[in-house]
This record gives sequence, structure tokens and C-alpha cells, in this order.
Amino acid sequence: MKAPPFDYHRANSLKEALALLAAMENAKTLAGGQSLVAMLNLRYVFPDHLIDINPVAELAGIDVADGTISVGAMTRQRAMEVSSELYDAAPIFREALALVGHRQTRNRGTFGGSLCHLDPSAELPTLALLYDAVVHIASTRRRRSLAMRDFIAGYMNPAIEPDELVTRIELRSWPRDAGYAFLEHARRRGDFAIASAACLIEADQDRRTIRRIAIAVGGLADRPIRLAAAERELKDAQGGPGAFDAAAQACRQFEPLVDVHAGADYRLATAVTLVRRALTAAWSRATSPPASVP
Amino acid sequence: MKTKVSLRVNGLVAEGVVEPRVSLADFLRHELGLTGTHLGCEHGVCGACTVLVNGVSVRSCLMFAVQAEHCDVSTVEGLAESPERLAPLQQAFRDEHALQCGFCTPGLLMTLTELLRENDSPTEADVRDAISGNICRCTGYQPIVAAALLAARLMRAPGP
Repeated sequence: MKAPPFDYHRANSLKEALALLAAMENAKTLAGGQSLVAMLNLRYVFPDHLIDINPVAELAGIDVADGTISVGAMTRQRAMEVSSELYDAAPIFREALALVGHRQTRNRGTFGGSLCHLDPSAELPTLALLYDAVVHIASTRRRRSLAMRDFIAGYMNPAIEPDELVTRIELRSWPRDAGYAFLEHARRRGDFAIASAACLIEADQDRRTIRRIAIAVGGLADRPIRLAAAERELKDAQGGPGAFDAAAQACRQFEPLVDVHAGADYRLATAVTLVRRALTAAWSRATSPPASVP
Repeated sequence: MKTKVSLRVNGLVAEGVVEPRVSLADFLRHELGLTGTHLGCEHGVCGACTVLVNGVSVRSCLMFAVQAEHCDVSTVEGLAESPERLAPLQQAFRDEHALQCGFCTPGLLMTLTELLRENDSPTEADVRDAISGNICRCTGYQPIVAAALLAARLMRAPGP
């Protein structure tokens, strides 16, 4: 179908975008449009105004300094995928971004747009939660920031007001020798994942004990989740198949989503398997000597 | 409220006056008469409407014409040097029987044009990854992959 009528406003700067958002009733921010325009065409949403922030150059870009990664909200997913700076600081992003939609959608889709759309199976919100990212938010009234866990208010529901805009996402990189893995299962490469698992692990010098760990799961519940209980169990424990299998069972605390692609049992079983495999893969990277980068 | 849109399509200046809700795909087809760009699903899943905007592939159903203001758009109509002389990729599609009904073909050609521009020696896996967002219901993809690999070989070969 075709999009319903709306008034179009082109913002050329952050200031302009915020002024437009403050002035307009029932307005939507148009970032990459890879979800919003589809929803318009399907007539799921009927905004009176679209505020196009694509021209706002100050909202795009990747900066890495002193272990802090700062990504502008309008940074294209493709730019993140090919960024060597981001790869050096957080290689899991490249692994996950290869699974975000398709090349044609990554050329337009943005980090901030994905976080605000907050599809439970989307890769980037899951990664932002994995890293305890800080989401920077602006309006004409105030500037504020939210931890990713607080930014997620509910199913596809970010904790931002109608006049607010996500400007930047900040995360702390893990040490270079930390293991990582992002795995997902979808019906077709690039489609919405039935479930996904993201994992970061730091091994102790003995390469047997887990010093630090983060596990996030997408697609399973109504929002991306952290397996906090499993993280606590695994911290300072020995890594290995038994421990990882037990940790993956933590998925069972969550109410699985049900849709045409997967019922509750199948989705849960998929998530458990993916978490076990992601832990195993990340642990293997954390405990083997650094391999040459492909 | 209708808005004036001015962009370049296949190297030529193109202008029109459209409602903001008109997609780039519909602008190309209905305002400019460039019906080579096909619309399948209109929600970004099938890839039939893929065109290049400033050199990168996009779904033209997920972008409004007003957003393409001052952009450089390439469509399937711009691939062949002349009606008699197909681009190597198009010729490879013909030689490998990489199309039947042809509905998905423009999107696949534009997607693969982007791939071959940046990678002159793609592997089969590279090709399959590149076209993962283009749905073809006729060919089973094998001849499309073969055509892309053949085109890469043709384009690498020194010219006559």
C-alpha cells in the first residue's frame, strides 16, 4: 500500500529538528525509515507530520576515545558495519550488523532509529543492552541520558517523550582480548530473528575462570533482555559446557513471544540453544590466543 | 501539500511536483515514466524496487521522493550503454537464464551492480549474501548467482 498523507518537514540541524518536534502535534521523526516507512505504507501509523532528520550531519558519526564509543543516532548501520574504529573497539557489532536486515536496508537504517523502534528481535537494541549503553536524549526543554535498561519501557516502547530525540549512544568497550559472539536464528538471512543471543566474556589470566560476563537475548521476550542471574552464576566460575548449558536455562524465566514463525516452546528452545552456543563461541575466543583478523 | 522535487536520475536532471507521501519508486514510475523499477511488497521485504541513491542500494519504496532532493539516482534504465549493448551484468543474466518473469530482475541488477562495483572477485557466498534481500520466485536463484559470477569474470577480463 501507499503511505497516508502527512506534512513533511526537513530539519537541517539538531536545533531545527528539536524546534519542529516541540511545535508539532502528532509528529514522527523520520530517521532511516526502514521500519517507519514500512509501517506508514502498511497504514499502521498515521502521523500528521514527519520530521526528516536525515540532513542533520551532526547526528551521524562514530567516535572512539579512551575506551568510550560514541555513535550518533543517525549513523547508518552500514557505516557501523564497515567502521574499522568500531570493529577494533567492539568487534561484536560487525558480527551482529551482518544480520541486520539486508545491505539495502543497512544503507539507510540507523542506530538511533533501531533503538527507538525497539523491535524485540532487533540486533542493535540487544547489543546496546549488552553493553549497558547510555542513550543521550534532547528536546528544547532539556538534555538527559538514560541507561539502555531504563530506555526500554516495554514492547516496542522507548522511554522518550513525543518532543524528544535520541541524539547519541555511548558505550564502554571491553578489553581487546574479551571473547564475544552474536548468534541468531531467522527463517531467511536478514529477516527478523526468532531469537538471538549476544555474549561478551573476559577470562582470567588462568584462562579457566570467568572474570566478567554479559549475556543479552533478543526475540525471546517482549523486549531485549539480560540474563542477569546467569551472569552472576558464571562470574568467577569456571567456563565450560556444563556451566554454559546451565546458564542458558535462565531463558526459561521469561515469557516467550508467540507469532506465526514460532510458538512459545520452539522460541524458548531456540533461545536456550543460541545462548549455549554463544557462550561456547565467546569463551573459545576469550581463551584462545588472538587469531589473525579475517 | 505538493512539493517540488529536483534530482538526477541516470545522469539527467529530473523534476516533479508531488505529495510528500509519494515514494521514490512511485515518483520514478509515475512522474518520470521509468517503469523499470518494480514495486512488489511496498514494505521493504522483496527488494524488487532496489535502486542506487548516491551510489548505494536502497529500497525505493522505503524512501520518499522528497527525500531524494538533489540526490543522484541510478535505475535499471541507466545500466545499458545503449539499447543494443547491454551492461556485462545484464548480458550475463541473459546468458545464464537468470530471469523468467523478470519482476525481480531490476532490483537484483541494481543490488549486484553495487556489489560488483566494490568487489570485482566476489565468492559465491558474497553473491548469496548480497542478494539475500531480493526475492525471486521463478529461478531458484542458482542462475542468478551464476550470472553474477560470470559478470564478475567478464568485467575483470581485459577489454578488446
